[in-house]
Amino acid sequence: MSLAFDILGEEPALRQAREAQAIMLQGEHAWLDRRGALYLPEHRLLAVSDLHLEKGAAFARRGVFLPPYDTGATLEKLAGLIEFYRPRAVVSLGDSFHDGEGAACMPDRFRAPLASLMAGRDWFWISGNHDPNAPENLPGETLAALHVGGLTFRHEPTPGLIEGEVAGHLHPCAKIVARGRGVRRRCFASDGSRLIMPAFGAFTGSLNVLDRAFSGLFRREGFYAHMMGSARVFPIPRANLVPG
Amino acid sequence: MTTLSPHPLAPALSADLPEPFLQWFAKRGWAPRAHQVELLARAQAAESMLLIAPTGAGKTLAGFLPSLVELSLRPKRRPGLRPSGVHTLYISPLKALAVDIERNLDRPVAEIGLPVSIETRTGDTPAHKRQRQRLNPPDILLTTPEQLALMIASPDAGRFFADLRFVVFDELHALVTSKRGHLLSLGLARLRKIVPDLRTVGLSATVSDPDELRRWLVSQEEPGRMSGLISVEGGAKPVITILKSRERVPWAGHAARYAMPEVYDAIRRHRTTLLFVNTRFQAELLFQELWQMNEDSLPIALHHGSLDAAQRRRVEKAMGENSLRAVVATSTLDLGIDWGDVDLVVHVGAPKGASRLAQRIGRANHRMDEPSKAILVPANRFEVMECLAAVEANYLGAQDTPPLTEGGLDVLCQHVLGCACAEPFHADDLYAEVTSAAPYARLTRQDFDRAVDFVATGGYSLRAYERYAKIRKAADGSWRLTHPRVAQQYRLNVGTIMDSSMLDVRFARKGRAGEAMLAGRGGFKLGQVEEFFAETLSPGDTFLLGGRVLRFEGLRENDCIVSDASGEEAQVPHFGGSKFPLSTYLAAGVRAMLADPARWKSLPSQVADWLRVQQSKSALPRPGELLVETFPRQKRFYMVAYPFEGRLAHQTLGMLLTRRLARAELRPLGFVATDYSIAVWGARDMGEAFAEESGALDALFDEDMLGEDLEDWLQDSYLLKRTFRHCAVVAGLIDRRHPGREKTGRQVTVSADLIYDVLRTHEPDHILMQATRVDAATGLLDIRRLNELLSRIRGRIVHKPLNQISPLALPILLEIGKERVNLDAGDEASGNAADALIAEAMGDMELAGQMGK
Repeated sequence: MSLAFDILGEEPALRQAREAQAIMLQGEHAWLDRRGALYLPEHRLLAVSDLHLEKGAAFARRGVFLPPYDTGATLEKLAGLIEFYRPRAVVSLGDSFHDGEGAACMPDRFRAPLASLMAGRDWFWISGNHDPNAPENLPGETLAALHVGGLTFRHEPTPGLIEGEVAGHLHPCAKIVARGRGVRRRCFASDGSRLIMPAFGAFTGSLNVLDRAFSGLFRREGFYAHMMGSARVFPIPRANLVPG
Repeated sequence: MTTLSPHPLAPALSADLPEPFLQWFAKRGWAPRAHQVELLARAQAAESMLLIAPTGAGKTLAGFLPSLVELSLRPKRRPGLRPSGVHTLYISPLKALAVDIERNLDRPVAEIGLPVSIETRTGDTPAHKRQRQRLNPPDILLTTPEQLALMIASPDAGRFFADLRFVVFDELHALVTSKRGHLLSLGLARLRKIVPDLRTVGLSATVSDPDELRRWLVSQEEPGRMSGLISVEGGAKPVITILKSRERVPWAGHAARYAMPEVYDAIRRHRTTLLFVNTRFQAELLFQELWQMNEDSLPIALHHGSLDAAQRRRVEKAMGENSLRAVVATSTLDLGIDWGDVDLVVHVGAPKGASRLAQRIGRANHRMDEPSKAILVPANRFEVMECLAAVEANYLGAQDTPPLTEGGLDVLCQHVLGCACAEPFHADDLYAEVTSAAPYARLTRQDFDRAVDFVATGGYSLRAYERYAKIRKAADGSWRLTHPRVAQQYRLNVGTIMDSSMLDVRFARKGRAGEAMLAGRGGFKLGQVEEFFAETLSPGDTFLLGGRVLRFEGLRENDCIVSDASGEEAQVPHFGGSKFPLSTYLAAGVRAMLADPARWKSLPSQVADWLRVQQSKSALPRPGELLVETFPRQKRFYMVAYPFEGRLAHQTLGMLLTRRLARAELRPLGFVATDYSIAVWGARDMGEAFAEESGALDALFDEDMLGEDLEDWLQDSYLLKRTFRHCAVVAGLIDRRHPGREKTGRQVTVSADLIYDVLRTHEPDHILMQATRVDAATGLLDIRRLNELLSRIRGRIVHKPLNQISPLALPILLEIGKERVNLDAGDEASGNAADALIAEAMGDMELAGQMGK
């Protein structure tokens, strides 16, 4: 915390103490915000993953009418973070839209606020499996991967152990049990070397970090599930996690 | 109820009964019973009828007689004419019952020589048979509410039902109490639309308000109209005794282990014993206990809804053949399957309701005029009083079936789409049709329109999905499907939609430990468990099913994967009590008994002594009063109240009381609720605070807690989320959720919790949120009874500050000790973060076990 204060010497450091968990990720200072975003203070870069914008609309096209408020809620949360950190650059780490039609069909009432969030800063769309192509009618740069300092941002985690990769795709969550009750929350999964980010979108489900899909991705030692609470992030070591 | 053996003595004869029927009766030395003849005569005079009769009164034959007679008089079909449609539809709450009835009807039909075809149609009926039934319908079709919903959603429903004359509802009292009943009432309204002069016959056990059922059976276009009623008096009063054990009756618990030797002895002394318990867990426990002492190797079997259907059929068959000496059963056997010669019913644990007890005792002895014999086995001391209250109620013939609920809006949404699948509809017509069903008689046009809007585009105030609408208003003003695919989807879902969520229990396939079970297919199916139950398990937990100890390994799709854990102790989850809360009637009975020492002589001496000690050390509440005791114990301060309003209402009360105590800075730490009482504990002396400030206790229990406090709490209650999920599935917003599906690695499903959160923030008045709140108030929260309690005790709260625990408080304090402890200790350092998160999630409250259920 004091370190963060030295680097920036301004108010966000105080905020960080409240809202985020500071970790070292492959030699970079990384703040894991309890709202599900990663902030790199030295690069003034904010990263969010798996926004799945227009998921409600994608379901509606198939006759399932989920409440049409997911895109608005997701953008509102993102706007709060951008207002909070005032980042120089934003990375959307893939699956930004739930399907290929999402960006093209997005109504103006969402397009306009999104465009205003993008204005005045660098914006990187990392392509994901749901949205392999650049989003239509939106600015920003579309990339398969982005390198920042010692870190590489890409959507799908590279199999096996790897250093300095920040990915999404898997929607990690973790579960702990105490007093006969379980608590399940989205989480950041990290062994200090790689980071898998939680899904940010309002309608995104999640997958337990003990699932096979995560096997082989992390070193056992130093692994934490940073579980998202309503006021802070709770780092929970592997020994305390349960499946389900 | 399925026995078609009419009474040999009854005198009545009727000209309405054709010759072959009379001959059949005569050949068997029988005469039709008075109520059978009366029902026939009135049905022939075009009246819809409700028949209330005890078990063994020949109800089923009475219900079918009008149909059989009419079918026997039908002119022979001339060749070349189209085959006639279904003449009589029989609807039962259980698949097994429909199958059973078919067997029992076939015989008289064959013996009388009637040209009548009878077929069943259930979820198990193969597609080719359904197809054939559509082209060539049977005269009598035996089916379930779900199948009726499917049939009326078909475009040829009009043709299929064009010749329908009768609908027979078996076990109507059981059909009408749930959402299935709501859907069924809408189905009946649709049938009446197709056949305006349709007659209905309802067969029911005794209920507290028959008029509700009489309205249910006929159109409410004329508000309050009722069917005819024939009520057959019960035969001989049952002989009910309460087990007077030589052992000590425990203070708390639900297992009644103390009485097992005496129960076993009773089994030995009778031909066939039916043992009823309230929950599956109790059934498993009792079954194990009996087998442990079964030195004579008596054939004793187990029957409950979680067992595999094939296994249940085997037990039912053995029972019918009288080859079993005892069956341990839950409510799956409440309904009238034929049980052979049962000569004793043992009820282990309190019966929870007088009508429930009467129906269960009715299972014994299908001969109506011989008295049934029953023994009640209370599992703890409060249950002794409850059992006694139930015996008295039974003697008086008192009934306490719950009142019918208003039709659910989620069910209405499902039905509206079903109607659209059958044919285009005009909103005015469908509204009139729907409100002719009794549960929807008070439905406002506004709510109806919202349901239509929900089906069309989701019913959101943000009109985002107009272009994807499922139904759309055409130029002629009718609502039509926008695509045939919508109907296909509906039919795929509707069959299972009303099922409670059950998971198959399967053995893990052999393979690499841990890994294989999630990847490979599950093995042999052992039975089913409720989804809610499975969700509370963590891998490694052990539980009982079908008499075996199983270890929970994980969830996969629709399967609950287990491994064999025989030899281990099952950690039976703490849900030991009944899922039915204590009925209002029995609660009043227990309160009256407490207040009147003259009546204690009917109680076993150990229980009477217990009450006497209570009277000397504290007090017993007088009629209408609420006793609240406060006392310190082991560095904590307790408050125990005795409302006797049932576990659900007490849980809600506990949540609200602790909020208010926290606001008064009395630092509550937790609470526990039972059917009888509620205990709150805290870090400060509540007794002192109540004594210091007069009116403080009255203020604490003030009815205004049902206002803002309730709203606040509901905001984040898991109870509401669970209720919402059910409503969303019924309304067709989401498919039934399969826990474990997320393990496929494709996060495409949207959990109901996320939808709930978004709706709560953005559209709290959405039709599904409204349906959820109504459901929760009558269901898991039981606000109705809490409300009654709070107004009953206003100004009549008696506070007893004590130095130590009172005798009456002992049972509930023992419940606290049963709280399941932390299974995962984890290392100390990290335990803090975990604790902090748990505390955040649970609002810093120790909810002693009960709230997890």
